[in-house]
Amino acid sequence: MFVSYKWLSQYVDIADQTPEELAEKITRAGIEVEGVEMPASEMKGIVVGYVQSREQHPNADKLSKCLVDVGEAEPVQIICGAKNVDAGQFVAVARTGAVLPGNFKIKRAKLRGEESNGMICSLSELGIESRLNPKEYAEGIFNFPNDVTPGEDALAALNRDDAILELSLTPNRSDALSMIGVAYEVAAILGRDVKLPEPKPAEAAEQASDAIRIHIDAPEDNPLYIARVVKNVKIGPSPLWMQTLLMNAGVRPHNNVVDITNYVLMEYGQPLHAFDLHRIETGEIVVRRAAEGEKFTTLDDAERTLSADQLVITNGQEPIALAGVMGGANSEVTDQTVNVLIESAYFNGQTVRTASKAHGLRSEASARFEKGVDPSRVQAACDRAAELMSELAEGTVLSGSVVAGEYAPEPKEVSVTLDRLNTRLGTSLTMENVEDIFSRLKFKTATNGDTITVTVPTRRGDITIPEDLTEEVARLYGYDHIPLTLPEGEALPGALSPYQLGRRIVRRYLEGAGFTQAVTYSLTSQKRATQFALEVREPVALAMPMSEERAYLRESLLPHLIEAAAYNNARQMGSVALYETGSVYLNEGDNVQPKEEERLAGIVTGLWQEHLWQGEKKAVDFFAVKGVIEGIAARLGLTDRLSFQKAAPEGFHPGRTAFVLLDGQPVGVIGQIHPSLTKEVDVKEAYLFELKLDVLLSVERPALSYTPIPRFPSISRDIALVVDSAVEAASLESIIKEAGGALLTNVHVFDVYEGERMEAGKKSVAFALTYMNPEKTLTDEEVTAVHEKVLAALKDKANADLRA
Amino acid sequence: MEEQLKGLQEEAILKAAAAQDLKELNDVRVAYLGKKGPVTEVLKGMGKLSAEERPKMGALVNVVREAITKAIESKQASLESEAIQKQLAEESIDVTLPGRPVKLGGHHPLTRVTEEIEDLFIGMGYKVAEGPEVEQDYYNFEALNLPKGHPARDMQDTFYITPELLMRTHTSPVQVRTMLEHAGKGPVKIICPGKVYRRDSDDATHSHQFNQIEGLVVGENIRMSDLKGTLDAFAKKMFGEDREIRLRPSFFPFTEPSVEVDVSCMCGGKGCSICKGTGWIEVLGAGMVHPNVLEMAGFDSNVYSGFAFGMGQERIAMLKYGIDDIRHFYTNDLRFLKQFSVHE
Ligand SMILES: [Zn+2]
Repeated sequence: MFVSYKWLSQYVDIADQTPEELAEKITRAGIEVEGVEMPASEMKGIVVGYVQSREQHPNADKLSKCLVDVGEAEPVQIICGAKNVDAGQFVAVARTGAVLPGNFKIKRAKLRGEESNGMICSLSELGIESRLNPKEYAEGIFNFPNDVTPGEDALAALNRDDAILELSLTPNRSDALSMIGVAYEVAAILGRDVKLPEPKPAEAAEQASDAIRIHIDAPEDNPLYIARVVKNVKIGPSPLWMQTLLMNAGVRPHNNVVDITNYVLMEYGQPLHAFDLHRIETGEIVVRRAAEGEKFTTLDDAERTLSADQLVITNGQEPIALAGVMGGANSEVTDQTVNVLIESAYFNGQTVRTASKAHGLRSEASARFEKGVDPSRVQAACDRAAELMSELAEGTVLSGSVVAGEYAPEPKEVSVTLDRLNTRLGTSLTMENVEDIFSRLKFKTATNGDTITVTVPTRRGDITIPEDLTEEVARLYGYDHIPLTLPEGEALPGALSPYQLGRRIVRRYLEGAGFTQAVTYSLTSQKRATQFALEVREPVALAMPMSEERAYLRESLLPHLIEAAAYNNARQMGSVALYETGSVYLNEGDNVQPKEEERLAGIVTGLWQEHLWQGEKKAVDFFAVKGVIEGIAARLGLTDRLSFQKAAPEGFHPGRTAFVLLDGQPVGVIGQIHPSLTKEVDVKEAYLFELKLDVLLSVERPALSYTPIPRFPSISRDIALVVDSAVEAASLESIIKEAGGALLTNVHVFDVYEGERMEAGKKSVAFALTYMNPEKTLTDEEVTAVHEKVLAALKDKANADLRA
Repeated sequence: MEEQLKGLQEEAILKAAAAQDLKELNDVRVAYLGKKGPVTEVLKGMGKLSAEERPKMGALVNVVREAITKAIESKQASLESEAIQKQLAEESIDVTLPGRPVKLGGHHPLTRVTEEIEDLFIGMGYKVAEGPEVEQDYYNFEALNLPKGHPARDMQDTFYITPELLMRTHTSPVQVRTMLEHAGKGPVKIICPGKVYRRDSDDATHSHQFNQIEGLVVGENIRMSDLKGTLDAFAKKMFGEDREIRLRPSFFPFTEPSVEVDVSCMCGGKGCSICKGTGWIEVLGAGMVHPNVLEMAGFDSNVYSGFAFGMGQERIAMLKYGIDDIRHFYTNDLRFLKQFSVHE
């Protein structure tokens, strides 16, 4: 909503407020003023000129040589490139030394050998967007009507010396979608009166009701329809003051009749429509729902197919307007129009919204109907338009209005107690304070003890409950005056849940291990949605995605992490270690919320260790990443419950991938990206992992308790075993543990060899075993006895021989 | 004999001084002071002396012995010192060469901001509540006083999955769910961080995915002044003790009254490019919980009142660290992310 300071000052005294001061006050009271534009401030030296003569430039086809009276003794010569320039026109002249918007300075110049002392301006050169220029001047220079004097300030004549406040209205404040509405707001802020227009059109003897009959077929959609008839209008441009105020309000001038309807729309917030009465040859208006599939051409010359949930104004035979949205081409006011019917109606917001949405037509009118207009202004706006048509278009206003339907809702009464107001706000206002605020708002009040009852005018449809009154009081009292306190009552201990704490522990661990946290998008392409997923389901799809790239919900964090690694690789960062915690979304069927599982995923590529001047450089491999996973398990106390099982899921290297198991149940995957995919995803050898973080963080963990430090020495025995190549280290380890029993306190692999010194199909795996008895010092004999059992079990279960 | 001893002493001291290493020095010790050495020999010959001369000579032998021992010890000390000096010289390194890197990752700036805010409110007695990102229309809109067809739904263009399921447009549904869990009994004091989604084209200032932290306090006597005091404490801890807040009336369907909350700019009100010359930066939306929202969540709005507030981590990170493009948060460029592994 653009509010002209000059226009606003017709309704409320703001002479003592600069536009900036006013803007600040309006913003602080609740309607944000996004900007204050003062067009004249970036221009100077622009006067009205009279073109005395125009002739063809001797050396240029497209230029004219003009002698222009600028109010001085001698006319000045100006070369002009506009096609529409001609002798006898009053124009806006930027004199030499003048400045136009964008700090464009006008200098004396020679154009193709002819001197030019200034520039004749178009409206857009004076800072008015061309979409707002009257059509006849949009392509060329502007012509003033004849009531200006050469030499006078052209910016003042064009109301460019106005200030334009751009209001950003929240949906509840549609009352401020009019100059009068803004005037009420400003009057409340400043504590002043509102001067409303009191339209009393001079009426002829002829009765409007003899000229037109109105019938409403759909009173739900259109409870009230008021029409006035104005005959013998003289269609022409509206006066300059009206055109310029409309342009300042962001409305394009057309002709006097249309401009008047728009002017009253901006003034009252009541949309009006002017029909050419000759196109309503039936003498009646019928408001009805459209027939399904009915065709109608709107005044933008587009043929529209209507549906039964849309409301049309008809002449009893065919539609002449799409109610509240746009008029029809068949009844538009044109240069030939003589008699006019002014429509002022109350249309249901939802009905208008349906139609404006269906046809993609949003206008100043439809926006106001959608938000609900003030029913008490329907008649006044109609009268105001008739009055202006009589004054500015020489029209004859027929006697009376033709009114169909009735819609005069009683103003709502809302009550609140002073105590409730003060306890909700934390203030100590008196009843006088509160009454004063409502009187500034021009709300009637009645006080009964501690209770104040407010009669809310129909223009403020947003106020319905006591809290709305609280807000009115708070915003006009001023939030700056509300004290700073903290909630009283029992103090609650704040804390993270064990799960949330666990998540932070895992993050910190990974960051200490060299991983940088990434955050990627949850929305992805259809292909990526299921790639690398631990559990593949039909991916959840958006109903109306904005792009194919963001059309589905991810089932794995890995595709976007791979993309992030590729992005970095392509920018000279060859070593990447990224991790992410976030949700994946698993389809649970139509209209059921998907299962959201929190995952932890990572990607590592390039070098794992790099210490160049000492010649240390180690590329990342499976075991580097596995070590990290084992570290997470150790941090969470899950070391003994985690295991790895060779696996070959889609997208992973079948020889270098494992499922991660917790208590034997799969909770994740770790492995190398399949070599055949590296080209497609644009990363080299990379290792990935994804774990079900929600499972890892939710498992029951025993409480920490201290185990005494052993007092007796342990005995170590190393064994090198020769086994078939296919035998996994973990299986040997579990045989050793089982046979070693309680005395075996530790076992770990310290060497693996497979190669030319081994028999084909065999490998050597060496373990270090540690035996200890916490109760006493072990003897060599005791250890040997157990150790022999271990060796026998290895031979028996894994055909493992001691390496010679 | 006395002559002989003096000669031995002189000779031994010279030899000790000439020793090149500890071994040679030890040879000197053995040669002069050992069991078969000349000094011992002299002692053996003392039996031939008279009773008068014997103690005199004994004393002299001890003097000579001590002198030789002292010379050897002093030489030993200097030899040892040389040896250690040599070793130290050999072992000397260029301490300015780079150390072996310990790989160091770090928080994403959004996590950094989120945790900072979480910790700040935890310190004020809040719990952290989380909830699903794919929500039912009911929790995201209807329970927040935004029935179907409400004009304010235009304000939040939504990614729908089905007419009843959507990507949450704010973390407010977590507030609704938490209030319902409380089953009409206060107090409730939570903050809700999480990802949210809106139908925006990604550019420097818009992102279809972003983060929010909302806060909710419901109790028997919660006032607007409590909201103001809480946010003032937040702004001071988050942005600096010298910062102030300013409330401007606004509109949200789920709060009444509703306010936008500005924090004073670090330029101190002089006006700069960050605050666009106003001295204030818009950081939060807030308000008193709308009675309809309380009632729908099972709270008696005549007994209970509450306040709620919400802010965006991206915006806060952008203000705090001077980040110019919201897309940086989701590109995961290590040159961007690594800058946030430093602790302030
Ligand atoms: Zn600033």
